Amino acid sequence: MNYSEKLTPSIQSVKPSGIRRFFDIVNEMDHVISLSVGEPDFQTPWHVREAGIESLEQGKTWYTPNRGFKELCGEIVKFYKRKYNLTYDPATECLVTVGGSEAIDNAIRCMVSGGDEVLIPQPSFVCYEPLTIMAGATPVLIQTKAENAFRLTPEQLEEKITDKTKLLILPYPNNPTGGIMEREDLEAIAEVVKKHDLMVLSDEIYSELTYEGKRHVSIASIDGMWERTVVINGFSKAYAMTGWRLGYALAPKEICAMMVKLHQFCIMSAPTTAQYAAIEALKNGDDDIEMMKGEYDMRRRFVVGSLNKMGLTCFNPEGAFYCFPCIKSTGLSSDEFCTRLLQSKHVALVPGTAFGECGEGYVRLSYCYSIKHLRQAMKLIKEFLKELQDE
Amino acid sequence: MDKLLRILSENSNYTIAQLSMMLGEPEEAIEARIKEYENNGVICGYQAVINWEAVPDAGVMAIIELKVAPQMQKGFDDIAEKIMQYDEVECVYLMAGAYDLLLIVKGRTIQDVSSFVAKRLAAMHGILSTATHFMLKRYKEDSVPLIDTKKDGREMIV
Repeated sequence: MNYSEKLTPSIQSVKPSGIRRFFDIVNEMDHVISLSVGEPDFQTPWHVREAGIESLEQGKTWYTPNRGFKELCGEIVKFYKRKYNLTYDPATECLVTVGGSEAIDNAIRCMVSGGDEVLIPQPSFVCYEPLTIMAGATPVLIQTKAENAFRLTPEQLEEKITDKTKLLILPYPNNPTGGIMEREDLEAIAEVVKKHDLMVLSDEIYSELTYEGKRHVSIASIDGMWERTVVINGFSKAYAMTGWRLGYALAPKEICAMMVKLHQFCIMSAPTTAQYAAIEALKNGDDDIEMMKGEYDMRRRFVVGSLNKMGLTCFNPEGAFYCFPCIKSTGLSSDEFCTRLLQSKHVALVPGTAFGECGEGYVRLSYCYSIKHLRQAMKLIKEFLKELQDE
Repeated sequence: MDKLLRILSENSNYTIAQLSMMLGEPEEAIEARIKEYENNGVICGYQAVINWEAVPDAGVMAIIELKVAPQMQKGFDDIAEKIMQYDEVECVYLMAGAYDLLLIVKGRTIQDVSSFVAKRLAAMHGILSTATHFMLKRYKEDSVPLIDTKKDGREMIV
């Protein structure tokens, strides 16, 4: 059968994930020291797991309301007020989703369709471009630069806006660069967004992981932006809950109502057990976040310091749990660098190009590993660089 | 508490340069603080954590609870200081609760330890009673897991 006729042109046009290709090579090898994982090495805090277990023991295994438990929405809204000074109505402006990913897909599908253009700053997480294509809209890429600390500038934004532009994706704190946007940066972006009457999807999944005393600022808290922003966040990164698959969207009720409608038809409701656990996480998990953040911060300084010392210039990441060293000095492409490092030292990094073409010349390194593991990896990368020099 | 102490208590093998990066402080400051801790007795030494079970003929280990008659003026210090002189004794702690001193004692065989308890400890003036517990298996020591802990269950690349 000619399956290509049976499948939509849009899904066929989506490129397979660059991370995936690398994954296949790594899986064939033994004793790989991976620095490629995009999830915490911590286990979900015990009191949170216990809340999930308890709900199972009590047989609470039914669907929840489509938009998520009322109590959970209430806690989410309180969290956003407490942390980022944003106000939402838990009954109409909050939707609990299957991970942040579902919320991203849902929001994109609710806001854009054929002919619309979606602005996507890169390097960034791999899903925005394919999801935009699947929604029938056109992705327009904006290449952020190391010299701007991988922040989106108003000039870059302005340059890409056309009369078809409808939505801006704002992926900060950023995976893979670790870049953040501060209040002044957001204010400048907000001016352009308002001027051109755009909407913003603010993916804030790493919002709790910022360092050097910088607190995350949501663009929705900038004057005149609340009404044109869909905030997306989740439990995976802050509470080490990746496998529970729980995220959420906060948006004005007119948008949220449409998102709930889509969610109710394709998902029904987010996992019940995870929702019980998440209530506990929001109520009593602030200390867990601080503990994990402290550990990440120590590793971050260690890794960035080590990389800079061995001559791989590394932009100082102020958020998330990645660093994004520049490997241009080696004369290798990102792909060659990662492939050769993997083959000769069995250390797995992700080529920067997996996060957009402008990631060329960079590699992503996750520091979600013990210091012992990182120390070993740093030693091997240093050896690898030495061998490259001796060639 | 100083984070430096926590890090060193888990692994004293870091270089000053590494500690400086991890803590985000200059190397000189770290070096000076370690010196100070060494001088004022906060850091008393550096040892490897050895899993003796993996070492053939490493001997046996016992935890011994002692009830002791405290002495005038000296309390428990006098007898504790005597007991700590024995090479067999690895640790001595004064405890609150059902007994007074807790010892960790090492010997080549169970008989060695038993004989040490019977002939040395129990016979010592001021010891009222002893209770000896032989250690069967160690799981974790000085914060270091000694058994194979779970492997990284995460996918290699996500």
